[in-house]
Amino acid sequence: MKQSPQMQARLRRAREGWQAFARNRLALLGLGLIVLLAVVALLAPWLAPFDPTQGDLLKTRLLPPSSTHWMGTDDQGRDILSRLLWGSRITLFIVTLVAVLAAPIGLAVGTAAGFFSGWVDQALMRVTDVFLAFPRLILALALAAALGPGIENAVLAIAITSWPPYARIARAETLSIRQADFIAAIQLAGASNGRILLGHVMPLALPSLIVRVTLDMAGIILTAAGLGFLGLGAQPPSPEWGAMIAAGRAYVLDQWWVAAGPGVAIFVVSLAFNLLGDGLRDVLDPKAGE
Amino acid sequence: MKKLARLLVSLLLTVIGLLAVTFFIGRVVPTDPALSIAGDRATTAQLGAVREQLGLNLPLYVQFGRYVAQVARGNLGASLLTGNDVTSDIARVFPATLELATVGILFGAAIGVPLGVWAAVRRGRLADQLVRLMGLVGYSAPIFWLGLMALALFYARLGWVGGPGRINVGFLYSVEPRTGLMLVDCLLARDWEAFQSAVAHLVLPGALLGYFSLAYISRMTRSFMLKELSAEYVVAARAKGLSEARIIWRHALRNAAVPLLTVVALSYAGLLEGSVLTETVFSWPGLGQYITNALQSADMNAVLGGTLVVGAVFIGINLLSDLLYRWLDPRTR
Amino acid sequence: MSLSRRHLLLSVVLPAALPALAQTPRRTLVQAMAIDDMISLDPAESFEISGGELIGNLYERLVQFDLDDPSKLSGQLAEGWTLGADGRSYDFRLREGLRFAAGSPLTAAEVVYSLQRAVRLNKTPAFILTQLGWDAGNVGAMVRQTGPLTLNISVHEAFAPSFVLNCLSSTVASIVDQRVVQAHPADWLRRNSAGSGPWRLRDWRAAEIVVLDRNEAYYGPKPQIERAIYSHVKESSMQRLMLVRGDVDVARNLSPQDILALKANNAQIKLTQVLKGTVYYISLNQKNPLLAKAEVREAFKWLVDYEALGATLIQGIGKPHQNFLPHGLLGASDEAPYKLDVARAKALLAKAGLPDGFKVTMDVRSTQPVQGIAEAFQQWAGRAGIQIEILPGDGKQTLTRYRARKHDIYIGDWGTDYWDPHSNADTFARNPDNSDRAAVQPLAWRNAWANAPLNREAEAALLERDTARRAALYERMQAQFRAESPFVMIYQQLQVAAVRAGVAGFRLGPTSDTTFLAPVTKTR
Repeated sequence: MKQSPQMQARLRRAREGWQAFARNRLALLGLGLIVLLAVVALLAPWLAPFDPTQGDLLKTRLLPPSSTHWMGTDDQGRDILSRLLWGSRITLFIVTLVAVLAAPIGLAVGTAAGFFSGWVDQALMRVTDVFLAFPRLILALALAAALGPGIENAVLAIAITSWPPYARIARAETLSIRQADFIAAIQLAGASNGRILLGHVMPLALPSLIVRVTLDMAGIILTAAGLGFLGLGAQPPSPEWGAMIAAGRAYVLDQWWVAAGPGVAIFVVSLAFNLLGDGLRDVLDPKAGE
Repeated sequence: MKKLARLLVSLLLTVIGLLAVTFFIGRVVPTDPALSIAGDRATTAQLGAVREQLGLNLPLYVQFGRYVAQVARGNLGASLLTGNDVTSDIARVFPATLELATVGILFGAAIGVPLGVWAAVRRGRLADQLVRLMGLVGYSAPIFWLGLMALALFYARLGWVGGPGRINVGFLYSVEPRTGLMLVDCLLARDWEAFQSAVAHLVLPGALLGYFSLAYISRMTRSFMLKELSAEYVVAARAKGLSEARIIWRHALRNAAVPLLTVVALSYAGLLEGSVLTETVFSWPGLGQYITNALQSADMNAVLGGTLVVGAVFIGINLLSDLLYRWLDPRTR
Repeated sequence: MSLSRRHLLLSVVLPAALPALAQTPRRTLVQAMAIDDMISLDPAESFEISGGELIGNLYERLVQFDLDDPSKLSGQLAEGWTLGADGRSYDFRLREGLRFAAGSPLTAAEVVYSLQRAVRLNKTPAFILTQLGWDAGNVGAMVRQTGPLTLNISVHEAFAPSFVLNCLSSTVASIVDQRVVQAHPADWLRRNSAGSGPWRLRDWRAAEIVVLDRNEAYYGPKPQIERAIYSHVKESSMQRLMLVRGDVDVARNLSPQDILALKANNAQIKLTQVLKGTVYYISLNQKNPLLAKAEVREAFKWLVDYEALGATLIQGIGKPHQNFLPHGLLGASDEAPYKLDVARAKALLAKAGLPDGFKVTMDVRSTQPVQGIAEAFQQWAGRAGIQIEILPGDGKQTLTRYRARKHDIYIGDWGTDYWDPHSNADTFARNPDNSDRAAVQPLAWRNAWANAPLNREAEAALLERDTARRAALYERMQAQFRAESPFVMIYQQLQVAAVRAGVAGFRLGPTSDTTFLAPVTKTR
C-alpha cells in the first residue's frame, strides 16, 4: 500500500521527533514515571497488599513503617502503601481531566483573542481577567460547595479556575506569532481563519502552554487537598492523595509517615510531569527556552 | 486620551464582572447566612427576622443592584457576621497579607533569579537539575507541611525564629498600627525590640512563600536567559572578547529582565491573594483567612469586599506590568 | 530609642537576638485558643463557646453553681432569695457595695434592666429566659424592682426551682451597666464590655486576639494577673509548639495525639481536664423510611465500637457516653448497654426485611474528631451490610442542610445551655410540632422524631419540685430514649487544657462560661 507524500512526511517528522525526545534522558525518565503511574493505577487491585478502606482502630492504628506495612498505617488503621497504590487512579483521573478540560479551553480562548483582536479580544480577555483576578482557592471552594461533594465536582471546579492563566499565555504567544510572514502568506493563499488557528497558531502556542501545565500538575493535586481541608473534594474513605495529606496534617509532628507517603508520591508525579513537559517542549519548539 | 478612556471602561467592566461572579457564587453556596449570624439555637422566627433585616428575601438582581450602588458610593457594607465595617476589616487584614507577600516575593526573586541564571549557564548539567529539583520541592510539597516542619525545627527546637502570629504578644500595645505593616510601624515607633520581634515572625512564613514562588521564577529566568544567551548579539559580544560574566549579568540578564518583570509581578499578585493554608499554620491574620472564613459563613459583604480588593490589586499589578513591559521593551511598540 | 544603621542591618541578619526560651510577660496570662467562632460579646446576643467564656469573666449574674458540685447553687450578685408558696415567685436580695467596672453602683434597678433588655431584644439566647413565661409584653411586670437592693421575679408555672435558678445563672442573664449601655448606640455592647466582673474588655480583633484587662474598680478580691490574652491559634500542633516554647501559658484546643505527646513532657507542663456538658451523637432522619424502622434504629446502636473510640480517636478528649444527659447533670444516667455487635445488628436488619443491608448517606463536618469517627462508623456499618456514603461539608453548610431535614444520617454535638437537665431533654426528647413549619427546631424535630409520651414526660419533669423524684423521672426518660430514639449517643466531651509550670489556679469549668481567670496566679 502506498502512502501519500504528506503522510510519509508526517510519519518521518513524528519519528524524528520521537528520536529527539528519546535522546533527552530526563524526559524519558519523566515519561517512564508516568507510564509507571498508569501501570500502577491499572494493576492496583493486584499490587496492593491490603484493602485500602479497611483498618482496625485498636490493632493497626498509626503503625510506623515496618516489614508488614512498608509505609506504615494511618489514623484509621489502613495500610498507607495500599492506599497510595489505589489512589494513583484518582490522581491520574484528576490530572487528566484538568489537562483535558482546562488546557484546550485556555488554548482556544487565548489564541482566538490574540488572533482576532478587536472586540473579540476585549470580550474574551475581560472574562479571563475576571476569573484570573478572583482568588483561585475561593473560586474552587465556592464552585465545589455549590456542586456538592465528590472528587469529580472538585476537579471540575479546579479546571474552571485553571484555564485563565493558560489563556493569557496562549494569547501572548499568538500576539507574537500573528505578525509573522508565513501567517500572511497562508492567508494570502486563501486558508480559512479556522485552519490557520488550528493548524498553525495553536501548535506554535502549545509549547509554552505545556510548560505551564506540567508545572501546574502538583499545584492541582494540592488544590484538591486544600479543598479537602475545607470539606470538599474526595469523599472518605477514598484514598485520594491530597486527602491523605490533609488527614496526615494532624499527625505531622509525631507520626510523620502519614503525610510523608502521599507527599513523596505527589512530588514524584509532579517531577515526572515536569520532566516530560520540558522534553515535549524541546521537541515541539527547540528555540524557545531550551 | 481615548486609550485611557478605553482602559478605564475595560477596567470597570472587569470589576463589575468580578462582583457579579462573586455575588452569584455567594448565592449558590448552600449555607444560610442567617444561620451563621443567629446561630443554632435560633428559632425559625428569629432566623426569618435576620433574613428580613439583611434584605435576603429580595430578588437577587435587586440585592446586586443595591450592592453595586453602595460600592459606587465607596461603602463596602458591613460584615453580616460581626457587624463591622468591611472597609475597616480589610484595612486591618490586607496590610498583613501585603507585608507577607512582599517579603515572600523578595525572597523568591532574590534567590530565584540568580538560581535561574546559574541553571541557564550550566544548562543540562548537575547544577541545572539541582535547581529544577529544588524548585519543584517548593512547588509540590504541601505548604502546610513545610510550614509545620519549619516551625517545629526553627522555632520549637532551635528558637531561631518567632512562632505563629505577627509579633510577640508582649509588644501588643507598644507599637501603634499606623500603616498596618508591622515592620514599618515598628520603625515609625522607633521600637527596636518590637522590630526585631516582627522580623523574627516574618522570616519563616516569608521564606516559605518565597520558596513557593521560587520554582516558577527560577524556571522562567532560566527560560528567558537561554533565549538571550542563544541570541546573535551574545555571539558577537563573545567574539569581541567581552568576559562571560559581563555578558551574562550586564547584557543577557538586562534583556531578560523585561519579560521576567512580568513573571515576578504575576507571582506577586498570586501571593497577594493570600495563602489560606500559610495563614492558618502561622496564625497570620491576613486576607486569605478573612475571605475563606467569610465564605464559609456565607458572609457575602465580607467576601465581596475582600474579592474586590484582591481583584483590584491583581488588575492593578497586571496593568502596571503591562505598561512596564511596553515601556521597557521597544520591540513591542 | 535611636536606630543606627548597623542595628538595622544586624536585626535583619540575626533575628535570633531573642532569649533562649521565650517567656510571656509578667502578670499576663496568655492562652492559645481558637476564637474565630466569636460573633458578639453582648450577653443578650452571644451564643458561641468562646464568647461564653469571655462573658463569664466580664459579667456577673444573680446566681452561680459550685464548680465542685454543680447541683449546689449559690448567690453571685445575690445575697439570698426566697421562693413564694405558690412556687412561682422569687424574691432576690442583692449584696451591698456592688459596683460596675465603670464605677457606678450595681443595684436592683440594673438587674431588672438587664433581664428585661435580654427578653425585649429577643435574640438567640433569649429563649432561656422566655421559657420562664416571659415576653416583651409582660417582662415589665414579671421582673420588677421592689427596693434599692431587692427585686421580684415571677415565672409562668411552678417550675423546679433548680431549673429557674440555673436559667438565671446563664450568660444571657448577665447584668449589664445600664448607664453605659444607654449612653451608646444599640450595637455598642457587641464589641465592648459594661459589666461588673473582675475583667474589662480591652481589645478584640476578630480571629486574631482578645485582650482583657483587670477591672481595677472590682468590688471583690482583685486578680493577681493584670492582663489576660486569648491568642487565636487554630492548629493543635501550633498550640503545642508555642506552649513548649513558652510563648503561651495555656493551650486550649489540643488533639488526642498532642495531649499524649505533652503528657510525656511532665516537668514543664500540666494537663487539667473537666467533663463538659457537651455530648456527641449520630442521628437518623426519620423521614427516610428505612431509618424509620424500629429494628434499623436499634441496629445502628450496635454498630459503634465504644471501646475502640475511647482508646484512640477520642482518647483524652472524650468519654464514651450513651445517654442524652451529660454526666454531672441531675438525673444523668451512666447506663451503657450498647457495644459493637455486628451479628446482632445483622439479625435486626434481617428482621426489618433488609438482610442484605442498604445504602444511605451521612453528612459529616470536615473537622476532627468528627470526621475520624464518621469514617470508623462507616467501616463498622459496612460490616453489617449498610453502605454509608459520606458527604463532607463545612460546618455551617452541613448545619443548614440538617436544619432543613435534608440529611439521612448526621453526626453532631450538643452543649447544654444551662446546667439543668431540661436543657438537653428539651432538645433531644421534646418535639411538640413535627411539621415543616415548626416554630422551633430542636434536635428531635430535625430528625423528624415525634414521640408524644416522651414529650409529656419531659414537661412533667420540668414541673417536679422534688429533686429525687425529678432525677428518677429523667432516668426513666433516658431508658426509653436509649431504646426507642433515632439517636446513637457516642461520647461526652472532655475539655483539656495544658498549662505551663508557674501558672497556678487555672481551672476549667463544665460550661463555656465557668472558666474563671480571676483565681489564676503566675509565679513568673
